Amino acid sequence: MNKLISIEEAIDKIKDGDVLMIGGFLSVGAPLTLIDKLVEKGTKNLTLICNDSGFVDSGVGKLVVNKQFSKVIASHIGTNKETGRQMMAGETEVILTPQGTLAEQVRCACYGLGGFLTRTGVGTAVQEGKDVIEVDGVKYLLEKPLHADFALIFAQKADKYGNLVYHGAAQNFNSVMAGAATTTIVEVLEYSEEALNPDVAETPGVFVDYIVKRGA
Amino acid sequence: MDKENIQEFIAKRVAQELHDGDVVNLGIGLPTLVANYVPHDKAVMFQSENGFVGLGPTPTEEQFDPYITNAGGKPVTIKKGGIFFDSATSFGIIRGGHVDLTVLGALQVDAKGNIANYMIPGKMVPGMGGAMDLISGAKKVIVAMEHTAKGSMKILKECSLPLTAANEVNLIVTEMGVIEVTEKGLVLVEINPEFSVEQVQDLTEPELIVSEDLKPMEVE
Repeated sequence: MNKLISIEEAIDKIKDGDVLMIGGFLSVGAPLTLIDKLVEKGTKNLTLICNDSGFVDSGVGKLVVNKQFSKVIASHIGTNKETGRQMMAGETEVILTPQGTLAEQVRCACYGLGGFLTRTGVGTAVQEGKDVIEVDGVKYLLEKPLHADFALIFAQKADKYGNLVYHGAAQNFNSVMAGAATTTIVEVLEYSEEALNPDVAETPGVFVDYIVKRGA
Repeated sequence: MDKENIQEFIAKRVAQELHDGDVVNLGIGLPTLVANYVPHDKAVMFQSENGFVGLGPTPTEEQFDPYITNAGGKPVTIKKGGIFFDSATSFGIIRGGHVDLTVLGALQVDAKGNIANYMIPGKMVPGMGGAMDLISGAKKVIVAMEHTAKGSMKILKECSLPLTAANEVNLIVTEMGVIEVTEKGLVLVEINPEFSVEQVQDLTEPELIVSEDLKPMEVE
């Protein structure tokens, strides 16, 4: 099967109302070309699952400014004033989630788990509406998996099988989101017809449905 | 002391809490300064929650790599022996108690070791980022902050702002002294010789238990 498609083909798969996981941490390691094309297309009423909401002029922040999200699930929105404005104005629903909990909720979706127990958030506002489960005398919150229609991620390099390698701190949420959504699309700097060294490939190609080349 | 001196003084004192071999996560702002005062005889690995241990200083022009950044998105370097990983691993390290020490600032901290440092309802709602996981997961939590905010008290009987974590703070280091959080309450263990116990108490809401072994707070 050929996983390599064009940016347009990738973005055309995303429909109004879809739930998107988008990789990156303050835009570092974000799939920037996919984001730009999605801004151009103007797909609306989307839900964002991302570490943060980027900046007004970079990363997922551009989609926020273009008012393409009706809901944002993130650990931090402080670097993009527009997200806070939309939240305060009641235009966009914002769910703030502890970063580690967010990562693990995504991981649970990929790994077929029904949730996990964490001490993070016990006794805070994060606990509201959640089951508190005591195990061996310690209180934990039950956090459930986060499912999505698409994971849009970024990697340094893909081979034609969809195996991926990352560079530096660009891995962040990308390899966690790979395989966590119904469809995973990766944007890469380098694409290789030759297989990557199986000892060093970090994300198995089984998690990756489509590959696009940055800028292509 | 002016603001800069106060921050340096606090950071230097916090650095005395570092042990050889510690894995440490520093919050943004004042806590970041602690990295400048690691004792030379102690090897400390700094963790960056966006996905690596071995956080190094700001890069030179030659070292600059747009994909090596800290949790604030600023360019940094990775030291020899460091390693990159994904966010799930990063928070496995944090949640699993593999971070020996985290140092954070606070808006408020209270007598029960509760800490509020991520939002002011209606005013500042940036989100908690990794702070909740760090405070709940790290083996030791140090709050490093100025003793008051422009004169208003930050060490309270009970936090009034939304909590970042409950009962997790171990030590509070300010320019006035060093305070341990214990089951009996807050224990003043060190005092900056520039201040009297009364002066510290006047700017601290809960009643301080003065350690029988009260020491002067000293830095080099």
